[in-house]
Amino acid sequence: MSENQTFALEVRDIVKRFPGVLANDHVNFNLRKGEVHALLGENGAGKTTLMNIIYGLYHPDEGEIFVNGRKVTIDSPHDAIRLGIGMVHQHFMLVPVFTVAENLILGAEPTKGLSLDLKAARQAVVDLSQRYALEVEPDAIIEDLPVGVQQRVEILKALYREAKVLVLDEPTAVLTPQEVEELFVIMRQLTERGVSIIFITHKLKEVLTIADRITVMRRGRVVGTVRPQEVDEAKLAAMMVGREVVLQVEKSPAEPGEPVLQVRDLVVEDERHLIAVDHVNLEVRRGEVVGVAGVQGNGQTELAEALTGLRPIREGQMLLGGKAVPPRNPRYLIEHGMAHIPEDRQKHGLVLSYTIADNLVLCTYYKPPFARGLQRNQAAIVENAEKLVQQFDVRTPSIFTTAGSLSGGNQQKVIVAREFSRPVDLLIANQPTRGLDVGSIEYIHKRIVQMRDQGAGVLLISAELDEIMSLADRIAVMFRGKIVATVKAEEVNREQLGLLMAGSPASEVLGQPQPAA
Amino acid sequence: MNTPASFANWKIFWKRWGVLTVISVITLALIAYYYSKTPQITEAVLASTLRQSVPLVLGALCGLLGERAAVINIGIEGQMLLAAFLAFLVNVYTGNLLLGVLAGIAVGALLGLLLAFMSVTLKIDQIIGGTVINILAIGLTGYFYKVGLSAHGKLNPIPLGPLAKIPLIGPVFFNNPPITYATILLVFLVHYVLFYTPWGLRTRAVGEHPRAADTLGINVYLVRYVNVVVGGALAGLAGAYLSLEAVGSFERLMTNGRGFVALAVMIFGKWTPLGAWGAALLFGFATAMQTQLQFGGQLHIPHQFIGMLPYLLTIIVLAGFVGRARPPAADGIPYEKEG
Ligand SMILES: Nc1ncnc2c1ncn2[C@@H]1O[C@H](COP(=O)(O)OP(=O)(O)OP(=O)(O)O)[C@@H](O)[C@H]1O
Ligand SMILES: [Mg+2]
Repeated sequence: MSENQTFALEVRDIVKRFPGVLANDHVNFNLRKGEVHALLGENGAGKTTLMNIIYGLYHPDEGEIFVNGRKVTIDSPHDAIRLGIGMVHQHFMLVPVFTVAENLILGAEPTKGLSLDLKAARQAVVDLSQRYALEVEPDAIIEDLPVGVQQRVEILKALYREAKVLVLDEPTAVLTPQEVEELFVIMRQLTERGVSIIFITHKLKEVLTIADRITVMRRGRVVGTVRPQEVDEAKLAAMMVGREVVLQVEKSPAEPGEPVLQVRDLVVEDERHLIAVDHVNLEVRRGEVVGVAGVQGNGQTELAEALTGLRPIREGQMLLGGKAVPPRNPRYLIEHGMAHIPEDRQKHGLVLSYTIADNLVLCTYYKPPFARGLQRNQAAIVENAEKLVQQFDVRTPSIFTTAGSLSGGNQQKVIVAREFSRPVDLLIANQPTRGLDVGSIEYIHKRIVQMRDQGAGVLLISAELDEIMSLADRIAVMFRGKIVATVKAEEVNREQLGLLMAGSPASEVLGQPQPAA
Repeated sequence: MNTPASFANWKIFWKRWGVLTVISVITLALIAYYYSKTPQITEAVLASTLRQSVPLVLGALCGLLGERAAVINIGIEGQMLLAAFLAFLVNVYTGNLLLGVLAGIAVGALLGLLLAFMSVTLKIDQIIGGTVINILAIGLTGYFYKVGLSAHGKLNPIPLGPLAKIPLIGPVFFNNPPITYATILLVFLVHYVLFYTPWGLRTRAVGEHPRAADTLGINVYLVRYVNVVVGGALAGLAGAYLSLEAVGSFERLMTNGRGFVALAVMIFGKWTPLGAWGAALLFGFATAMQTQLQFGGQLHIPHQFIGMLPYLLTIIVLAGFVGRARPPAADGIPYEKEG
């Protein structure tokens, strides 16, 4: 009975239904004081839903919540905050044009008379960042900050409200490996001070490193709770997906053919007209996967956008299938065999308010069979959608569901289904598995290798070393807008890649392959 | 070592305030020059500039309070018109000017409540909501307006003692009727509220990222309601200004598009009260000049062209010199709570 008292948070028999989806099906979950409790599960398993219920954003249809052993009702984030619950959301909840200090105090503002006390706000940022060794500049504007720092601001927001329970929903999805390490240090510090943490991620390695206990969810239910000592990656993956998962990609050696993409001396600017891609040369041949490795923010985004016609090219040349491409013309590229998995699936991959069926014909809607003269051919669009949803295992109540209400993994599957369903000579995949569960990653990796084996060239841009190492035949490392090295995948190891990505000169890292000899 | 830093600071200063500084200096020089030549006309033009700007600033304050909280209000014209009418009617039947003004404010606020209900609660398209208000106001005033009613007096200038005696500044700033004084105070008050109080911070957060505000326990709907209703009250005050302070009676469609010009003024002022005031003063100045030119009669240009002057001048100066501003990110988008 006294067990009850020790839980910082406990939920019992939580049920939450959305139209056509049972997102939480009698979920039981508890969190001990000062522990890191990892929550694992496929895309759409209901993790975010459960956290939103705890944080008062959703109202459960059934079930009870206990905080420190006391039954509570949480009707709004206001209640949650009062009960000492803080949440860092999967998609950050920061006002981009506000400063760090303004974001920190929003909703709980210190005042002097009637006025905002911005001086006190700044001081609060400084104090908190000192106490928890979370360095941030109080007067920096959020939109100018890298995601890793934005995340610190989110954590500070929770700490400022004196959160005793901290929910981190996929905090590592957008972080660089270094930032992940820093986050783990912060998490440890917090638990030492008695904060309890719920940590959601898809990365099994991370779970095994940081978690004290692991709860796995599948299709709205809790499959089980285990300790990291009792399991390994393969076991966790199997628990999540309900079958064995091949974590290692199986692929035969590449058989490169003629070049399909040639890039010469490409120069591209970013939003602020600074040079983001600096005289880049690249070649992708049919039947090979070229990986672009690099820490986020070294020009990969701009490179991908330029190659897909979304961003103007300032200098240099780009040939697709040997022919120069017209500037800024995505439709030309699509019609000439380019497929694109964009980095930001919600912004560039889908129209969130459209149905799945409509999203699946975004590139081809104007052509037969989807168009008849000026009219849409609804029958063909529906048929196409039903076929693809089945083939690509998109989990959705219907093809007329809007893309926006799908879970992240299923949104990505819709994009992949659309892009892979037409003849492809060149695939540009930018962070294709960000935020996806192991099952979906396995699936998308298999598809990419398949596409390569069918004779398409693939340009894979990824910040995940594992992904690059396991998929790419050749690897180009990007640092500060330049390609600093291009190597065969089998001639380089993780450590070397890591050093190159961090800016060590290629001559030093690769210069003497056998120093002893 | 110091030079590059201070040079950079200077550059930043120049980028932010350069245009404003140049315009202010030129304006002050011109005023001084004309005042030395024709003091009466200069005084008259400047005083008229200030008064012409009143309904525009009030309208713009109404617009920007709403839009800072992400509710677009294109019904300002209607709010002003119906408020002008009711302020006038109340004055006609009670003989009391203060009651008239209060009635105008109340009508504006009520129409604000209607707009908030339509766009925040019912989530009707905000452009349609505003249009409903405009049509409603035109219909109601057209139907109930009777020719031949006359107001009991009008709000007259109140000279502020010795201050009103200062040359140039006195007659322009310290010899105005009450709503004009109130407007000057309101510009600074709204500026203070928006940028220096918790309420203002929350309002701006709701306009930029309502979900973020929601996750911090801020009631998005409440913030929107309050801002739109208070904005409506300001538009109502503008209406009362037109019928009880500027003219002293009511005419059909007497707002004459000022509610829409106010929106332009709000945008030119980059959604800030002080900026809007600047833009409104410019527009007011052009209107005052136009009147001078038309009655001065030295120019032989068709009066239609002179009538275009305020609009042209405003567009040229503001489009040419004031950079683009970005509206609040969530502007015009109804907020949908989930779950
Ligand atoms: N607001 C909503 N309206 C309708 N359905 C929803 C809503 N939010 C979530 N769902 C559905 O509920 C299910 C669970 O979604 P949830 O976001 O909790 O998954 P998740 O485990 O967080 O997945 P991911 O790892 O992709 O973030 C999904 O099928 C999703 O489509
Ligand atoms: Mg989620």
